[in-house]
Amino acid sequence: MALLEVRDLSKHFGGIHAVEGVSFDVNEGEILGIIGPNGSGKSTLFNCILGQLHPTSGAVRLDGRAVTGMRPCDLNRLGVSRTFQLLQVFPELTVRENLILAAQEHKGSMLSRLFGARDVGLTGDANRMIEFFRLAPVAANKAGALSYGQQKLLDAAMAFMAGPRLVLLDEPAGGVNLTMLASLRDRLEAINREEGATFVVIEHNMEFVMRLCSRIVVLAEGRIIAQGDPADVRRDPKVIEAYLGH
Amino acid sequence: MSRWRLLLGSAAGLIIVAGLIAAPFGLKPYGIYILTLWAVTTIAAIGLNLTLGYAGQVSLAQGAFVGIGAYAAALLTTHGWPLGSAYVVAAIACFCIGWLLGYPALRVQHHYLAFVTLAFSTLIYLVFRNEEWITGGIYGLSNVPRPSLFGYPLRSPRDFYYFCLANLALVSLAAWWLIRSPWGRAFVALRENPVRALSLGVDTRRYTLMAFALGSGLGGISGVLYAPLVQYIDPTPFSLLLSLNLLLMVIVGGSGYFFGPFLGAIIAVLLPEWLQAASKYYLFYYAAFVMVLLVVSPSGIIGFFERRFTAARKSAPPATPVGQAKVA
Repeated sequence: MALLEVRDLSKHFGGIHAVEGVSFDVNEGEILGIIGPNGSGKSTLFNCILGQLHPTSGAVRLDGRAVTGMRPCDLNRLGVSRTFQLLQVFPELTVRENLILAAQEHKGSMLSRLFGARDVGLTGDANRMIEFFRLAPVAANKAGALSYGQQKLLDAAMAFMAGPRLVLLDEPAGGVNLTMLASLRDRLEAINREEGATFVVIEHNMEFVMRLCSRIVVLAEGRIIAQGDPADVRRDPKVIEAYLGH
Repeated sequence: MSRWRLLLGSAAGLIIVAGLIAAPFGLKPYGIYILTLWAVTTIAAIGLNLTLGYAGQVSLAQGAFVGIGAYAAALLTTHGWPLGSAYVVAAIACFCIGWLLGYPALRVQHHYLAFVTLAFSTLIYLVFRNEEWITGGIYGLSNVPRPSLFGYPLRSPRDFYYFCLANLALVSLAAWWLIRSPWGRAFVALRENPVRALSLGVDTRRYTLMAFALGSGLGGISGVLYAPLVQYIDPTPFSLLLSLNLLLMVIVGGSGYFFGPFLGAIIAVLLPEWLQAASKYYLFYYAAFVMVLLVVSPSGIIGFFERRFTAARKSAPPATPVGQAKVA
């Protein structure tokens, strides 16, 4: 059974069919890429899977269990994590606080979070994540004071902090320079290999997707027009047409 | 550096606490009354600072909760109940009503939320004024007794002042604990980016309601102390003006800073008394001060000093080379 099953998912905004009858599976341990031209419905698809938007129709299943329309916070506590297209850190919290926040709701109860330890026993995990993403020199700084690239790394680190099984990354390479990009790809591959985390990645940077992903789904105008391994997808005439126009 | 800051901070804190304890010996009863009013008002402002400053939820209803607390205390104590019972009743009632008032905040934000809470504030004021059978209407409730503590009556202004100061200390400690707990972190996350917080497992609905409930509960406690302080309750002090005033205190002091409400309440409660000489022009000076402050420093007085402090630190040579922070 697939880890995540998306069945006939549609999202309409009035007359606009942003996502139309999309079905695909994500298998345990794989890195699935989702590509497509601007406005093809990739981010809307993510938001429907993750409960940020309510799909017009269709179903999302995690381990065979229906999670369609579940609140993002509940889904997150089931081990599904994400990053956003625009980076989203908490600028007034320090790097370490950002990381602790990213996992604190996974531990204990509301009461234990009020009366228990300040760090919910997560300082060790946070420090490991800081080490892993090479944020040690800025660990005590407010996240708002970091460079764009560092914030991007922190953003990714937060998504991994609670040890998720499935992570959906929305354009992780956007606005990141080449050295940082290679570093980010190494981190993602390492987490995939060592922790067995499963990824779904939306990305425009073809080089990045082709090297990172084992399988690719191509969206255009809200529908899946192709899927398969990177080399096949790259040669598919429908994909070339969608990207280059008629 | 940080150790010096800690030392300096605790020294300043000790001096202020000692000053607050010694103050009534150098003051006439009216001075003690004003200082007590400051302590009581600060409790309400601390509550609003939780809701607004930390969790980012605008509320124009804090004055109404002070009113609910004050009426609960006046009603219960004039019927022979001890103030302790009013404490429990007002805190629980305001917590629950605040929780319910939080529901609109799940749908609307910012000035829309301000309007919803403003409507609630007006509604409560009308209840105080029109439900004569319980609130005494515009004639209010008089002869609210001062409480006694373990059989020791707190009738003198000085004794009652210490009682309120002790309450302020307890509320401050509780608020300090809360802000530094994971809840405080979740509140800040809720303020800065609710969508991201939600995606990280933070139940933003529950925390939003909790922020309202806790802030409102502190408003209620402030009211419970206000009633025996003035010993006569009528609807006027709990009009929308009080809510606006509390909002101003939080913002002027420094919204989202722990000591913001303390400073804000000094400006709003003590300053008018110090400016007695200029009594006629007091509002003029106050308005001018607030306008200039908010232009110069939207984050209030504490924000102003914090920025000056960090600027001074930055102009000093950095301890570690900046380039080190780059990620290879």
